[in-house]
Amino acid sequence: MSESVAVRRQENDSKGLFGFWLYLMTDCVLFASLFATFAVLRIGTNGGPTGQDLFNLPYILVETLALLTSSFTCGMAILASRRRLRTQTLLWLAVTFALGIVFLVMELTEFRHLAADGNGWRRSGFLSGYFTLVGTHGFHITIGLLWMAAMFSKVYFKGLTEAGIRKLFLLSLFWHFLDLVWIFIFTIVYLFGVIPV
Amino acid sequence: MSKQVDTGISYRSYYLGFGLSLVFTLTAYFSVSHHWFGRDGLIGLVVVLALAQFMAQLIYFLHISHEAKPRWKLLVFYFMILVVLILVLGSLWIMNNLNYHMTPQKIQQYLQNQDGGI
Repeated sequence: MSESVAVRRQENDSKGLFGFWLYLMTDCVLFASLFATFAVLRIGTNGGPTGQDLFNLPYILVETLALLTSSFTCGMAILASRRRLRTQTLLWLAVTFALGIVFLVMELTEFRHLAADGNGWRRSGFLSGYFTLVGTHGFHITIGLLWMAAMFSKVYFKGLTEAGIRKLFLLSLFWHFLDLVWIFIFTIVYLFGVIPV
Repeated sequence: MSKQVDTGISYRSYYLGFGLSLVFTLTAYFSVSHHWFGRDGLIGLVVVLALAQFMAQLIYFLHISHEAKPRWKLLVFYFMILVVLILVLGSLWIMNNLNYHMTPQKIQQYLQNQDGGI
C-alpha cells in the first residue's frame, strides 16, 4: 500500500518536473525571439550612441558574477534541503536572494543612468531591442525573487516538507535557467557591443 | 527511494559547474577588454566560450544528462534548440537580405523606375 503511494507520488513528481521543464523550454523560445529582434536592430542606432559608447564592461562583469554566484548558492540550498538541513537551506536561500537583489539593483541603476542621459528605449531601434531583451530578463529575475521570498517563509514557518523540497527544486531550475539566458545576454549584448568594428 | 531521486545531484556537480562557468566568463571578459585578438577572432572565441558555459551549466546545474530512460526532457530540449535556431538565424538571414536589397542606391533606382513608368 505505502509502496504504491510512494510510487504514485514519484510519478506525480516527475510529471510536475516535466511540466515545469516544458514551461522553461517555451520561455527559451520567448527569449530567442527577443534575441532575434535585438540582433536585427543592433545596427539601427539612428545616429545615436552604440554599445561601445554606453556599456561599462567592468560594471557588467560584477553584475554577471553576482548572478552566477547566486546560481551556485541556489544549488547549495537545494543540496541542503535534500539533506533535510533546514537552517542551512534558509541561509543559502538568503544569500541567493541577496545576490539576486544586488543583480537587480545594478541592472535598474544602469537603466536609470541610460534613461537619464536621454538614451531611453525610444532613442533608437538598438536601444528598444536592448531594453526589451534585458528588461524581460530583469522581469523574470523579479518574479524569481518573489517566488524565493515565498519559499523562504514557507520553509521558515512550516519546515522542510516533501512538497516544499520539490518546489524548491523547481525554483532552482528557474533560477539556473535565468543564469543560462544571462550568458547569452552578456555575450551578445555586452561583449559583442564593445568589440570595436 | 530518496537515493533514486538524488542521482547526479551532488556537491561536486555544483562546484564543477561554478568553477567552469567562472573560468569561461572571466576568459571571455578579459579577451575582450584586453583585445587579445582581432574582431573576428574575438567574436569566435566569445561565442565558443558562451556555448561551453551553456553546456557546463546545463549538465552541472540543470542536470540534463540525469534522466531515466524515456528521455522526454532531452527530446523537448532538442526541439527547443531547433526552434531557437530557426527563429534567430532565419530572422538574421531575412533581415540582412532585405538590407542588402534596400541600399540607398537601389531605392533611388526603384523610385526613378517608378517615375519613368508614370
